[in-house]
Amino acid sequence: MSLGGNETRGAIVLGFIAARLVKAVFILLAILVLNFVLIHAAPGDPAAVMAGEAGAADEKFLQDLRERFGLDQPFAVQLWTYMKGAIQLDLGYSYRQQMPVAELIWDRLPATLLLTSTAFVISIVFGVLAGVLAAQAQGTWWDTLISSLALLFYATPLFWVALMASLLFSVVLGWLPGFGYQTIGANYTGIERMLDIGKHLILPATTLGLFFTAIYMRMTRASMLEVSRLDFVKTARAKGLRNSVIQRRHVLRNALLPVITLAGLQAGQIVGGAVLTETVFAWPGIGRLMFEAISQRDYNVILGVFFISAAMVLLFNLITDILYGIVDPRIRLTK
Amino acid sequence: MTGFWSRFRQNRGAVIGLVILALVILCAVSAPFLFPQSPWSMVQRPFLPPFEMEGLPLGTDALGRDVLSGLFHGARVSLLVGLVSTVVALAIGIPIGALAGYYGGMVDDALMRFTEFFQTIPSFALAIVLLAIFQPTLGYVILAIAIVSWPPVARLVRGEVLSLRNREFVEAATLSGQSNLRIILRQVLPNALPPIIVLASLMVATAILLESSLSFLGLGDPNVMSWGYMIGAARTVLRTAWWLSFIPGIAILLTVLALNLIGEGLNDALNPRLRRRTT
Repeated sequence: MSLGGNETRGAIVLGFIAARLVKAVFILLAILVLNFVLIHAAPGDPAAVMAGEAGAADEKFLQDLRERFGLDQPFAVQLWTYMKGAIQLDLGYSYRQQMPVAELIWDRLPATLLLTSTAFVISIVFGVLAGVLAAQAQGTWWDTLISSLALLFYATPLFWVALMASLLFSVVLGWLPGFGYQTIGANYTGIERMLDIGKHLILPATTLGLFFTAIYMRMTRASMLEVSRLDFVKTARAKGLRNSVIQRRHVLRNALLPVITLAGLQAGQIVGGAVLTETVFAWPGIGRLMFEAISQRDYNVILGVFFISAAMVLLFNLITDILYGIVDPRIRLTK
Repeated sequence: MTGFWSRFRQNRGAVIGLVILALVILCAVSAPFLFPQSPWSMVQRPFLPPFEMEGLPLGTDALGRDVLSGLFHGARVSLLVGLVSTVVALAIGIPIGALAGYYGGMVDDALMRFTEFFQTIPSFALAIVLLAIFQPTLGYVILAIAIVSWPPVARLVRGEVLSLRNREFVEAATLSGQSNLRIILRQVLPNALPPIIVLASLMVATAILLESSLSFLGLGDPNVMSWGYMIGAARTVLRTAWWLSFIPGIAILLTVLALNLIGEGLNDALNPRLRRRTT
């Protein structure tokens, strides 16, 4: 167990991260293959799929597409052409929006990153806090209240709670903007602009995080109660440590590990949920872009957003892995 | 069986969940008799508020369709999609998990990497991609939901099989010359059943949420009335007719809540027995 010094530990963590990176690259490549297969599995001509079911698809145009993407070539050659393009971040062209897909996504990505990471932080912070509170107040009405709320949030459809929140806080009470990313026409700059965006962010981020807050709360509560029964906690108690110290240093620290693992797994769901939240709140991110592309049958955009969302999930996973390394006491012990 | 029921009954939430679910099932079953007319047909002027006209207790939507009829018919779709997609997900996940856990080694590695891949990619986005590319018929909706929901099943079954495969009764079966398939089906899987049942009940709930989200985005079957579709259609009139979004949402919330509560009750009722049996 003794690993001798900070350097060894650093090397282990680095090796761990490197292994994760390699894995992430493989997953991304696999998704590209999946995307490619899906285009070809779709009913009808792949050229028509790429062009979108738009009226734009006349025969000459389709023939151009076939030649450009080598759709008359053998399958393996086509796959290779596709992968080569995608690795250079050429995600195809949106014939509906008359723009390369990568550019469309690039424009919208910051808004989605802001929304999903805020929702991620909100859900973990509130989830863990509420979970700790419930575990420490086990059996009291506080515990019942928090646990019931978690059960309720867990069963609430995300898009519906978003609609209801915008109705209540924006339409009825008028406290918060329920639409868009910033006040149109206000032309704020600097701090004012940040505050304005922040205000617009509150409703989408909170509603997106709600479901996950419920998950983390339940997990933290269960995990805290389980760890409290373990031997090393009894030892700490026998040593005469104060309860607050035991809870913070021994119980919470260990109880957080499964929560962090779960958070990594849930990252994908947050990114997916962004499609719903951005649709309801007209948040100009890639989720809304995907929603618009669905109604226009703009397949290149849909597949591109799917690919980039997966990349975002892998990034979130990587962050939680690093967090795990920081929190895990078994790694800390060797310091 | 009586032991199971008495343990299940001790969980008050689970009993409440069971009652709610029974009501939803009743709605679904009675829909064609109580509302023989298509839920899509116009019956009155649009935007009739609830409790204003006899015979239309929940009023009408933006196209003059009966909201209550939509709710009843929507219950059919929600339950059907929830149930069938869970069965399909189990049919994918159980074999993969069982093979991985039973054979171990390379088989396990390959199958688990495959499972991990599906668990990492954003499942909702994948479901959207699948339905956008294939036509959104009820069959494809079910299939898409199943495709994104099976990985937890595979992982759970693998874990259970791993812990069971070296037990005496499995060794005895091996020694008596039973084939691997027979051992998996007759010895291992039945013993892994309780946690699978619990997971399945929670999966039905998740599938109903997923279906409603997809329908909300316009990716549901355009020929069947569903709760998600009702909310999606009412979204644009949220300011003037909020109840049109509110009511179907409550229906989803209650159904999903009921299934989650039942899942917890099943967990309480099935796990002690599992523990007693293994010790």
